[in-house]
Amino acid sequence: MPVDPVLAFYGDCAFYTALVLYLVAMVLQTVEYAAQRSAEPVGARAGDGGGVVTLTWPPGESAPRSRAARAGRVAVSLTVLGAAVHGVSLLLRGLAAGRVPWGNMYEFTSAVCFVAVVAWLVVLVRQRDIAPALRELGGFVLLPVVILLTLAGTVLYAEAAPLVPALNSYWIAIHVSAASIASGMLLVAGVASALYLVRIRFEARQAGGSRFAGRLPGSALLDRLAYRTTVVAFPIWTFMVITGAVWAEAAWGRYWGWDPKETVALVVWVVYACYLHARATAGWRGARSAWINVLGFAALLFNLFFINIVVAGLHSYAGL
Amino acid sequence: MGRLQPGVAFLRNTWRGLTSMRTALVLLFLLALGALPGALLPQYSLNPEQVDQYYADHRWLAPVLDRLGFFEVFASPWFAAIYLLLFISLVGCLVPRSGEYVRQLRAVPVATPRNLARLPHHRRATVEATAAESIEAARRRLRGWRIRERTEPTGAVTLSAERGYAREAGNLVFHFAVLGLLVSFAVGTLFGYEGQTIVKADGSQFCNSGPYAYDSFTPGTMVDGTGLAPFCTRINDFEPTYLPSGQPQQFRADIDYQDADGLASGQWQPYQLAVNEPLRLDSARLYLLGHGYAPEFTVTFPGGQQRTGAIQWRPVDLATQLSEGATKFDPPGVTDPAQLRERQLAITGLFAPTAALRGELLSSSFPQPLDPAVAVDVLKGDLGNNSGRGQSIFGIDESMVEQGRLERVARENLRPGESLRLDDGTVVRFDGVTRWVSLQVSHDPAQLWVLTFALLVLGGLGLSLTIKRRRFWVRATPAGSHDPDGRTVIELGGLARTEAAGYGEEFERIADGLLASGAAAPLAAVGTSRKDGD
Ligand code: HEM
Repeated sequence: MPVDPVLAFYGDCAFYTALVLYLVAMVLQTVEYAAQRSAEPVGARAGDGGGVVTLTWPPGESAPRSRAARAGRVAVSLTVLGAAVHGVSLLLRGLAAGRVPWGNMYEFTSAVCFVAVVAWLVVLVRQRDIAPALRELGGFVLLPVVILLTLAGTVLYAEAAPLVPALNSYWIAIHVSAASIASGMLLVAGVASALYLVRIRFEARQAGGSRFAGRLPGSALLDRLAYRTTVVAFPIWTFMVITGAVWAEAAWGRYWGWDPKETVALVVWVVYACYLHARATAGWRGARSAWINVLGFAALLFNLFFINIVVAGLHSYAGL
Repeated sequence: MGRLQPGVAFLRNTWRGLTSMRTALVLLFLLALGALPGALLPQYSLNPEQVDQYYADHRWLAPVLDRLGFFEVFASPWFAAIYLLLFISLVGCLVPRSGEYVRQLRAVPVATPRNLARLPHHRRATVEATAAESIEAARRRLRGWRIRERTEPTGAVTLSAERGYAREAGNLVFHFAVLGLLVSFAVGTLFGYEGQTIVKADGSQFCNSGPYAYDSFTPGTMVDGTGLAPFCTRINDFEPTYLPSGQPQQFRADIDYQDADGLASGQWQPYQLAVNEPLRLDSARLYLLGHGYAPEFTVTFPGGQQRTGAIQWRPVDLATQLSEGATKFDPPGVTDPAQLRERQLAITGLFAPTAALRGELLSSSFPQPLDPAVAVDVLKGDLGNNSGRGQSIFGIDESMVEQGRLERVARENLRPGESLRLDDGTVVRFDGVTRWVSLQVSHDPAQLWVLTFALLVLGGLGLSLTIKRRRFWVRATPAGSHDPDGRTVIELGGLARTEAAGYGEEFERIADGLLASGAAAPLAAVGTSRKDGD
């Protein structure tokens, strides 16, 4: 099937538009964050299960009419708009090339970021009651998204083209979509865990901690955000590894061959299994498990970039 | 007996330590850490040439790493030690947990705590219904929960309800399936085999008759090479298609095959073998892995005898299929080894399917054979193939050239049909080119088991991560003899037994339902349910 250059062109336009929208949203979100007074939830504590949390916001917090709050709300609207345009860009890419829009590293990175933004918006909708507190975190989620998309749109960029024969299988629709969904969600979890680590240091020495951390939501909320996202993403990652093995059996003659990319995908899986274990192990809850979550996301990024680009294996994606 | 005890205690402590959650965590970490060098360093099993390269680049470090098994991590003793310990720890953890789970299934929900107000979720209200009616309503409402009713000495009636038992079941299924997966993986590597071979796509055949039929053969420890799945295949044609940009579009080989029945009856069956579409026979699978060109040369010796050779050359640039190789000839009719060593011929150099010449330098501009050409050196002398040393089929033994025993006698670029003449009158003609495909045969008797356990891993994980364990208590106390209306004080309590379970909303829903359906609207209600999101 020939590539439709016009659709591909509009797809790229939409991609860069989404990037700019995210960037503006991120700036507005930073404005809101910087203008907030120290958001100190009263009586935040982790309950017996580690998850039961009391959150009462001091009155006057995020005063609804304040300019900063307005900037924050506009930022969320822009993020929604950006996600919509981003979705359109993926759709046009797919239509232009007549295939799934995650056939090379540019497209895959873009899809991961799309999932991350959508996952973030879903969190905001589902946690409506505490959305004002969460909303300020938007900038921290958008930061890695903007960085990754900038990388995708520049160094990783690839023209729309049909798939190479090795990738031309219905498994790409199943396996790679699972990979991008799980990765996008784990990005949100990783950000939450990283912020958690910043926040607990602040909470440990209450008086005179940095103003930056003082504005973050309480550690219990960050911890729960990380855990819940990871718990949804982990089975998807598991599914991704399994379908990858099934595909490898059809394409390369074995379901598992310790190819670098396979190996590191397993390592990432094991690290997140460690995270889940750590949360059930005395002495490992809290900071240690948050570190493991951050480590898991670092391993995931390492797999996406270093292994794909530097360590040549069977997986090296076309178009780079 | 007394003397035995310290030993027993030591064993028991070791066992407890090994099967503790903390040890499992450390072992999992080690597994992740230990696997990393397998991805970052070149591995013998994947790419032996890269290991050689590493040796060349790191003269001092490479032997050390090699000694420590870093170039074959997944076959190294220390990696095996990690997963064996993990295996033992897993067994040691699962056996008692399974027993515990069975006991839990039989156990009745725990008694209602005396002070329900201390639970994370709590409601209290006075309703007009009697205690019995309220308890009945609660029973109806909590259908599907495991329930136990008790009457307290004070006359209060309580219900203890619990649910989410499938969570632990899912968790156990998950861990057992991980065990099963490890075992089936091991069985597969013990009893399976893998072999690669190159076959010309001109009607040439390959039969799975034994390891010798392969260019490389990797058997499992329990495979001796006899009794391989009997089948033959014939590669009729291979015509890949490319986009104008040179990006490959489709690799598809037109083949015939005979399985065991076909071999008996002599019947061939057609198949289109493609990347991602292997041929699946009863106990072996056939894959199309790669392809390339075999240039054909005809040598006419001074005596007039002709020899034709077409050996596969290997692609040096996958994008343009520029290939290199060596096609070797023995002079006809020469039996004396000494003479043979004077007059062997080798044609080596480059083949380009679509020639792009920069001066005399040959490269290729497209992977299809639009304008094929070779740039060859013809060497004469001793090829060294009687020296007993193994030789690559893609090159000549350079040490023979260095020793002056093999000498270059011509260098030229040729198109199909063109020839060159050596001083002694020998004529070398480039006839044209045929394609070859590289095939892989795989056999793994346990892979369906691996898949089954993998799906169980996924299912168990889904259960254990989505199902929430929670407890719910109801205490209905008659308001007392001094209350003329015969009202009842209802107290509700809730406890989530799994972390971040988000019990709040669900508890409120159940509580609202109960207090509303309690035959009368609550007259006075107090309650706290600490907010925890959705
Ligand atoms: C190959 C080794 C192992 C892997 C890949 C693994 C993986 C996991 C994963 C992904 C979970 C979270 C999902 C769930 O709750 O079901 C989990 C939970 C758990 N694992 Fe493992 N595990 C392994 C070995 C062990 C061992 C050796 C033990 C015992 C010492 C153990 C004890 C547990 C327990 C108790 C939980 C439940 C934690 C909770 O309540 O959330 N696991 N494991």
